[in-house]
Amino acid sequence: MIQDKKEHKFGMVIDLDKCTGCGSCMVSCMSENNIPFKEDESRKKDSITWMRVYKLTNGKSFPDIQIAYLPRPCQHCSGKGGHGHSPCVSVCPATATDYGYDTGIVSQIYTRCFGCRYCMGACPYHARYFNWWDPEWPAGQEKYLSPNVSPRMRGVVEKCSLCYHRYQAARDKAYYEGRDDIEESEYQTACTTACPAGAIVFGDLNDPSHMVHQIVKPDPHPDPMNKYVVDKSRNPKVFRLLERLGTNTKIYYLSEREWVRKAGDNYLDGEWDKVKNHHGSSSK
Amino acid sequence: MDSALIPEGADRCSFPKFAIGICIVGAVALWGVYAMFLCWFKGLNQTNMNDYYGFALWIWADLAVIAVGGGAFFTGLLKYIFNVDELKNIINFAVIIGFICYSSALLILAIDIGQPLRGWFIFWHANVHSMLTEVAFCLSCYFAVLTIEFIPNLLENRQANKVPFFRHLAHNMHGVMAIFAATGAFLSFFHQGSLGGVAGVMYGRPFAVREGLLIWPWTFFLFTWSAAAFGPCFTLLVTWITEVVTGKKLVKDNVVHLLAKISGWMITTYIIAKIIDTIYWAYVTAPSLGFKMSHFYTNNSFYGYWILITEIVVCGVIPGILLLNKSTRENSTTRWIAIVLGVIGVCLNRWVMVLQIMAVPVMSFDTWALYVPSWQEVATTVLPVAYGIIFIAITYRYLPVFPQERELNHTKLEQ
Ligand code: SF4
Ligand code: SF4
Repeated sequence: MIQDKKEHKFGMVIDLDKCTGCGSCMVSCMSENNIPFKEDESRKKDSITWMRVYKLTNGKSFPDIQIAYLPRPCQHCSGKGGHGHSPCVSVCPATATDYGYDTGIVSQIYTRCFGCRYCMGACPYHARYFNWWDPEWPAGQEKYLSPNVSPRMRGVVEKCSLCYHRYQAARDKAYYEGRDDIEESEYQTACTTACPAGAIVFGDLNDPSHMVHQIVKPDPHPDPMNKYVVDKSRNPKVFRLLERLGTNTKIYYLSEREWVRKAGDNYLDGEWDKVKNHHGSSSK
Repeated sequence: MDSALIPEGADRCSFPKFAIGICIVGAVALWGVYAMFLCWFKGLNQTNMNDYYGFALWIWADLAVIAVGGGAFFTGLLKYIFNVDELKNIINFAVIIGFICYSSALLILAIDIGQPLRGWFIFWHANVHSMLTEVAFCLSCYFAVLTIEFIPNLLENRQANKVPFFRHLAHNMHGVMAIFAATGAFLSFFHQGSLGGVAGVMYGRPFAVREGLLIWPWTFFLFTWSAAAFGPCFTLLVTWITEVVTGKKLVKDNVVHLLAKISGWMITTYIIAKIIDTIYWAYVTAPSLGFKMSHFYTNNSFYGYWILITEIVVCGVIPGILLLNKSTRENSTTRWIAIVLGVIGVCLNRWVMVLQIMAVPVMSFDTWALYVPSWQEVATTVLPVAYGIIFIAITYRYLPVFPQERELNHTKLEQ
């Protein structure tokens, strides 16, 4: 029986000024979630990387050049207006990907997905990956796969689940101990725990006692400038990727650097200067 | 050798000649079948698709054959519902072309999905919010309608027609065809439209997304309209190719002119709507999401403004004008130019609405993704073409597809 019925909204805030681009999050994610290997991993556009670190530059030349690394898991979009119609969930014809209203997590049902890849086309973050090959691991490694995560078959789509199995384990433990809810520290994703710089903060955006809530300070009101945008951060240093599209992601990013925050979305000439102070933010 | 099967009074090439032709095209089809089995047994790693290009050549081919196959429902609608009687002389062929297009589309879908054995999940676990669910339901139902529409023609084969039951069945089915034509038009409206909706609802993709009416984005209506406009062009094009190959006139000019005229009106009204849609998208929708129009058409070697101009002006406005104007419509050269341009135009539109959407980067730090299909993709895309040629060759040889064939070719002999 599930005891924990509270409506959570799990999400992250990733400090891009702390991220060094080391890739530990990518490695830990792959091993935690039984991601298979291709024979030739040089073709990156068909390699499975639930968590992918992008390299951003400010486009300037030496000595003004600056670099930032941006880890990108599935953004667990709540969709326009935050109603759970994520870009990918709303298009899947077979209901093989679903929005969890109790967790805010976008799930993927591997045994139901029939591989039409419409969801991949609909996701602007390229967070979804198709199994072009049968899953394979270097000899002997199958013995070390995680027993809590099912490997996927060829021909289906997969993506970051926010380590949902860890949530299930935490809930099981709480139930066993007679508790109604889980602690913040009991459910943390693999990437969060692996990041040596402590750049990733994970938790329940709905719970004011969680650090992620305290950093992000999600606005309970819709954005007055765009009715589709909800849960906008009230922290001037925090932004989301492609917020203007109304995808309402639950992965937030943090940076002191203005050019990094600007890279999070698309702006027409001169637009950024008008919107950057929205919610009182003003920074260099 | 097979003369007992050939329609009475019809003149057909010798059987060996026919068989050789079929064998040549059959070899191409076999190549496609081989590639199809490779994809089924080895998986979609046989293609050059990747995680950026999850929709590629096949989905374009799928949308394109469905668009050009729109001639079947639209001609049926005109003939049976609006009583445009002349079209009875081309309706059989329009139905056959539609049947080929839709069966090809279903085959392509069966190759395209990663887990073909789970294809039925789209019906079983249907998500009513998805445009693709609507496509799957309406497409399958419409294919059934097309099959029903094709049966009377099939039963008119000389030998089949000797069986009283078949003869009466064919006769009675003709009698109730208006019901199927109406059903077909209704279903086509929805699946053609929902194919447009597939792109228009992707609100994460500013190149594709459109505002709309209720749950339907404008692309929904534009796709239906363009299929009705350009579908008849394709019917006329294939009729013309068949006439050239067989060396016979099969449909009277007045029928061709009439269908071309209707197509001209449809193309012109469609292209006006398309231009308005493009302007609204370029100046209102995309900028509201932070994108300048130039973002979608520059910075790479392939997707330039040329594609927009070719689609809308060269292959939209021009064929529209050529077919509307009586003198250019009735002049065979300008008519064929218009028809060929029109068919290219609608195929290009579907290309843009599949492949360009995938190519355009959305995140500011992402890059353009270009893609070149693998030979397996090309072979499986050529497969429906080869299948279509064989199907037309067989139906033309053994069925009375063109009611005016005898009359037109007797007159020629007498002259
Ligand atoms: S990031 Fe992509 S895959 Fe994840 S919820 Fe959003 S649209 Fe879906
Ligand atoms: S690939 Fe799978 S999850 Fe994605 S839309 Fe198709 S059936 Fe749904």
